[in-house]
Formats: sequence, structure tokens, C-alpha cells
Amino acid sequence: RMHMTNYDNFLSLPLSLSRSLSLSLSRSLSLFLSLSQEKQYVGFATLPNQVHRKSVKKGFDFTLMVAGESGMGKSTLVNSLFLTDLYKDRKLLNAEERINQTVEIIKHTVDIEEKGVKLKLTIVDTPGFGDAVNNNECWKPITDYIDQQFEQYFRDESGLNRKNIQDNRVHCCLYFIPPFGHGLRPVDVEFMKALHEKVNVVPLIAKADCLTPNEIKKLKDRVREEIERFGIKVYQFPECDSDEDEEFKQLDKELKECCPLAVIGSNTVVEARGQRVRGRLYPWGIVEVENQSHCDFVKLRNMLIRSHMHDLKDVTCDVHYENYRAQCIQDMTSKLTQDNRMESPIPILPLSTPDVETDRLIKMKDEEVNCYVIMGNITYIG
Amino acid sequence: HVDTAEVNPSHSNMSAPPHPQPPAKGASHAAGDFSYVGIDAILEQMRRKAMKQGFELNIMIVGQSGLGKSTLMNTLFKSKVSRKSVVSTPEERIPKTIEIKSISHDIEEKGVRMKLTVIDTPGFGDHINNENCWQPIMKFINDQYEQYLQEEINIDRKKRIPDSRVHCCMYFIPPTGHCLRPLDVEFMSRLSKVVNIVPVIAKADTLTLEERDFFKQTIREELRANGIDVYPQKEFDEDSDDRMINDKIREMIPFAVVGSNQEYQVNGKRLLGRKTKWGTIEVENIAHCEFAHLRDLLIRTHMQNIKDITSSIHYEVYRVRRLNETNGQPNAQPPNTLDSNIKYIMIHT
Repeated sequence: RMHMTNYDNFLSLPLSLSRSLSLSLSRSLSLFLSLSQEKQYVGFATLPNQVHRKSVKKGFDFTLMVAGESGMGKSTLVNSLFLTDLYKDRKLLNAEERINQTVEIIKHTVDIEEKGVKLKLTIVDTPGFGDAVNNNECWKPITDYIDQQFEQYFRDESGLNRKNIQDNRVHCCLYFIPPFGHGLRPVDVEFMKALHEKVNVVPLIAKADCLTPNEIKKLKDRVREEIERFGIKVYQFPECDSDEDEEFKQLDKELKECCPLAVIGSNTVVEARGQRVRGRLYPWGIVEVENQSHCDFVKLRNMLIRSHMHDLKDVTCDVHYENYRAQCIQDMTSKLTQDNRMESPIPILPLSTPDVETDRLIKMKDEEVNCYVIMGNITYIG
Repeated sequence: HVDTAEVNPSHSNMSAPPHPQPPAKGASHAAGDFSYVGIDAILEQMRRKAMKQGFELNIMIVGQSGLGKSTLMNTLFKSKVSRKSVVSTPEERIPKTIEIKSISHDIEEKGVRMKLTVIDTPGFGDHINNENCWQPIMKFINDQYEQYLQEEINIDRKKRIPDSRVHCCMYFIPPTGHCLRPLDVEFMSRLSKVVNIVPVIAKADTLTLEERDFFKQTIREELRANGIDVYPQKEFDEDSDDRMINDKIREMIPFAVVGSNQEYQVNGKRLLGRKTKWGTIEVENIAHCEFAHLRDLLIRTHMQNIKDITSSIHYEVYRVRRLNETNGQPNAQPPNTLDSNIKYIMIHT
């Protein structure tokens, strides 16, 4: 009891907020309070909760790109996943109008709040992809867009005022493979290969309700084999830790075996088996989007949102962005060399007093090549 | 000898982390929650990652010798984390110049792992002439910022840059009961600009409660008069919630603390304390001293905030200063052969 009064001084406010906090936060608060009563604990076990609190205040952001030909159900799937209505005022072009259409990049942003957690979701749409007669390099506007976001972040990160850097980097790209063929088409292969080192590619089999379970299995096997054969590096789910519980390990195993996920989307509610469900009504039956025996929608949602969202962001930051940055620096410094000798550039900071070592390095570089690239206030010598 | 049964300063083995919640309870949700997307699950994902990675904390302790700094560190973290526990010679010697000694320990509690580094500064304030004794400390702090900056601008940089930056500097004020000394003012006014300073009144068991309150009030006034912003700094309060909590803390600092490594029997319980002929001072009893408040602030509630202020404010200030320094090299002028087509080059003036 006496220990509790310590906390009344500092924390009487958050306690009153606890009514509106999510379950996980309430749980963490009670851990906190129990720790406060346990004298033998130092108390730093509350650290994860302290980090939590900050993140809840700030909110999260996530950028999802969807790519695939028109009519693959991309918009419907996005609406189903996030329970939004992002495409209300969309006008679909007819064939004639599409003849001269180029691939566009359209962003939709929506703020979602659930159980006290705020998410700023950005959907990057790519209308026009794969729709033309000649689709050569139709992915170029898309790869350019991804690179532009990386470049913007690189600039911001190298700049002087880093307080409010906006992260517009694409964290995940859902690629919709048509269910009608017999596996990957050339455009599918080329697209994924153009993107797999820039963004986390998650291939999906679209409109899976036109296939029987057997056909789905065959198609998945075929696509998996082709992905391997063509060396396409799709997003890999991280390995389970050995100390995870069995349920988690089982879910993880099932997820990995199900890829590529076969999805169906719907925002219309129908009545099935006495319940209201999201689905598609056919004369021969009702396809339920959230029924795991009908399609992998639930697996996709769980993976994308509930279990791997953070990892998708991490891989984007730690792998794709870092690769871009390193490559960018290399490219910038090698562009200026007379011949194509690509020496590894070194970053230097401005010095208020001359430094013998850097002085020597600069003189050395001067003799070979004369190139300096400055990003922000940081000079890279090549 | 402290009973550390609950806290294991471990090296290699970790007790099993708390039973993780499987993040995707798809089936059970579909039935009940028709309109539930599940984005709050990201908190759990973050927590798992943080648990796996562990945390780092670097605390510097500054003050004259004999103020109980090492004992207080050991008391705070309930294990032998100070340099005295590592050094075998028991004799106290005052080094000729100020030394900076870093000792790291991996400690763990309820599955949360932390690499705690205690940075001691023996020699500070112990000499006859203490002019500029803050310089080695200032240099050390800036060196850590520099190291971090170098790694950050590196082309091939580590996924997680090792953080050796000083998150918090505990400054020990001797319990004179009167006011701050010139050395205290000099040190804190310089260092508060580059690091979070947490001043504490050491060996507070020589002050009565009235003397203590008077002393604290005087110190607060002197800090204000000298423009010294100690942690939690008013200008870094993020929102009104923070401000309310931090205002209360600002009215209580500096905390008057007593440290101890020994346990005594008090009212049938074993408590950390100092036993005298006139009574036993209980370290964790807030009626006796403010150790518990310090511990709560530093560890249980504001530890992450202290680290955030270090990285997003103090470090950024250092970084901007460094990037703005004019380059003294005559060769640093970009040559005239710059290709005007290259759009990647940006020069900040």
C-alpha cells in the first residue's frame, strides 16, 4: 500500500487513462503496478511498456503497394483487409480510354484507429500496370516511385533537421497473379524480378474462387517452383524462435506452406449458415472471405497486419533501404570518375581542425580522381 | 550482502521469456469481432522484437569521492555493477587526473535483458585545483556522440548501431545543507547542455527533513537562477500529460538519497539499510529518504524517455553542430568538373 503512493505522484494520470487503453496496454500497466509492489525487483522490466507508451502516442504508419492487372480484385481486397472504403469515387476506364493510358501511381491515405492504436495507412495503387498491348518495362514507373521514396528518405536522413522525417517508403508490395493461367507469365516474372531487391514482394493468387481446391494446389506448387527456378526473392517470413509456443510455431508452419496465398475479397455482407459474413453470393453457393477452408484471406490479413507488419517494415529499413543507400553512394561517386573504376567511397565529416589522416586521404584521392559528392552536409569522396 | 535471488546478472543463460501471446487468433476473432482489423497487434510485435534485442543503458556518475556513488549504483540495480566490484584492491586512491571508467554488465529481469554500462569518473572534484575538471567528462560524452555519428554516416552501416552515448549523468551533491558550490554550478551548467543531468543529494542521512527541504529548495532556486536545465527539462515535455507528471517531479528534485548494500531486520522484515545507534535508516522507505523515487524515475517510468531525449535532442544538436562546421581543408572545394546533369548532389549552406 505504501509503495502505491509513490506512483500516485508520478502516474496518477496514466492510471486514469487505463480505461480506454487496449488490452495489451492494460496488461502492461498491471505488470508495472505489480512490479512496483515487489521490492526485490529493480523494475526495468517495465522498459518494453515504456516504449509501448511512446509508440501508442505517436501512432504507426504503413505503406502498402498493390500491383497487378485491372480486374484482379486489388481494390476490393484492400477494402476487405482494412475495412475501409477507399475507392468510392473511382471511375473505371473503358478499353478505348485505356489504349493511351500509362501506368500511374496513385496514393490513398487513411487513418485507422483501433483499441487506442493509431495507424496511418497509405495504399499505393498502380493502375494501368500490365493493361496495355505492349507492356514492355511497364514496371518502370513503379520502380522509379519506390526509388524516389528511398531517395527522399536518404536526403531527409542526411539533412540537418531530422525531427519530423516522413517515412513514405513502401513496406510491402502485394502482387496479384491471375488465376486463369498455368503459373507465372513472363510479365509476372519480370515484374517481380525488377522489384524483389527494392521492396518486400508478396505474391498472391487473385480471385481464387474460380478454382477448385485441387486446381489451387496445382497452381501454388507451380508458382512456387517457378519462383525458385527464376530466382525471384519474394518476402521470406522470419524463422520462428525455438522458444516460441507450439501454437505459434504451428501457425507459422501453415503460413509458410500455404504460399503463395490464394485470396478472395469482398465488402458485401451476405447471410450464410445463419450468420452475417463477408462473401460473394453465387447460385451454387456462398464464398466466405473469412472462411479458411474457402481461401487464404485470413492468413493474409493475419500475416500482413497482426503478425508481420513490424517485420515488413524492419526488412524495408534494414535491407532494401540500406542496399539502396549504399548503391546510391557508389553510383554518385562513380558517375564523376573519368574511367569506370568504382572505388569504395568513404564518408567524411567537415573538420574544424585539420586532421592528419583525412588530409592524407583527400590528397591521395585527389591524385586519382576528383570527385566529391555531398549529401546533406556529409561529403563522400570517391 | 544483497539477496539477489530474483535478479540474475547473467552472462549466457536467459530465463525463458514470458509466455508469448500468439499474435494471430484468427478463428476466435472472426466469430465475435466483425469489424476488427487487428492493428493493435503491432504493439505485441514490437514488444517481442524489443525483448529479443534487449536494451542498453549508459549511466555516468559524477561527484567527489566518498559520496557513496558506487554504493548507490549497486543499490539501484541490486547487483554489483560499479567499478568497485570489479577492482580487487580495496584501497581508495585519488587519481592524478580524472579518469573515465566504463563497466558493463548484462542484467536481466522477467525476461527483459539489459546491457547496463556504469561510467565512473574518479578524481572529479577531489583535487586542490579543480579547474576544468569537467573537460575530460565533456570530451568523453562528445566522443560517444562522434562515434555514433561516424557509424551512422558509414556506407556499410550496422543494422543496430551500438549505443555508447551517455543517457544520463547523475551528479552527486554533498549534503552540506546550505547551497550549491561553485564547482556544482560550473559542472551542471556546462554539462546540462549536452547530456541529461540528474542531480542527487548524496548521503542524505545527515540532514533532517527540514534541513533537507530547505536544501532542495535552495538548490532548485540556484539551478533556476543559473539557467541550468536538469532532467526532466521543461522544454522537452511532449504534451500536457507529460508536463503534469514532470512538473510534479520537478518540484521534488533533487532527490535526497541514501544507498546501502546491507540488509537489516526491521519489524520482522529484512530491509536494505544503514544501522546506527539511534535507529536504522531504511533505504527504500520514502519516509526516510527518496531513494525509491529516484529508482522509479530513473528505471521504472522514465528510462525510455531519458534515452529518447539523448538520441533525439542532445545527439541531434551535436550532429547539426558537426555538420555545420566549415571544412578547414583547401582541397575540399568541389572541382569544376561537376556534371550539371547529376541531380543527386545537394549542398546545404
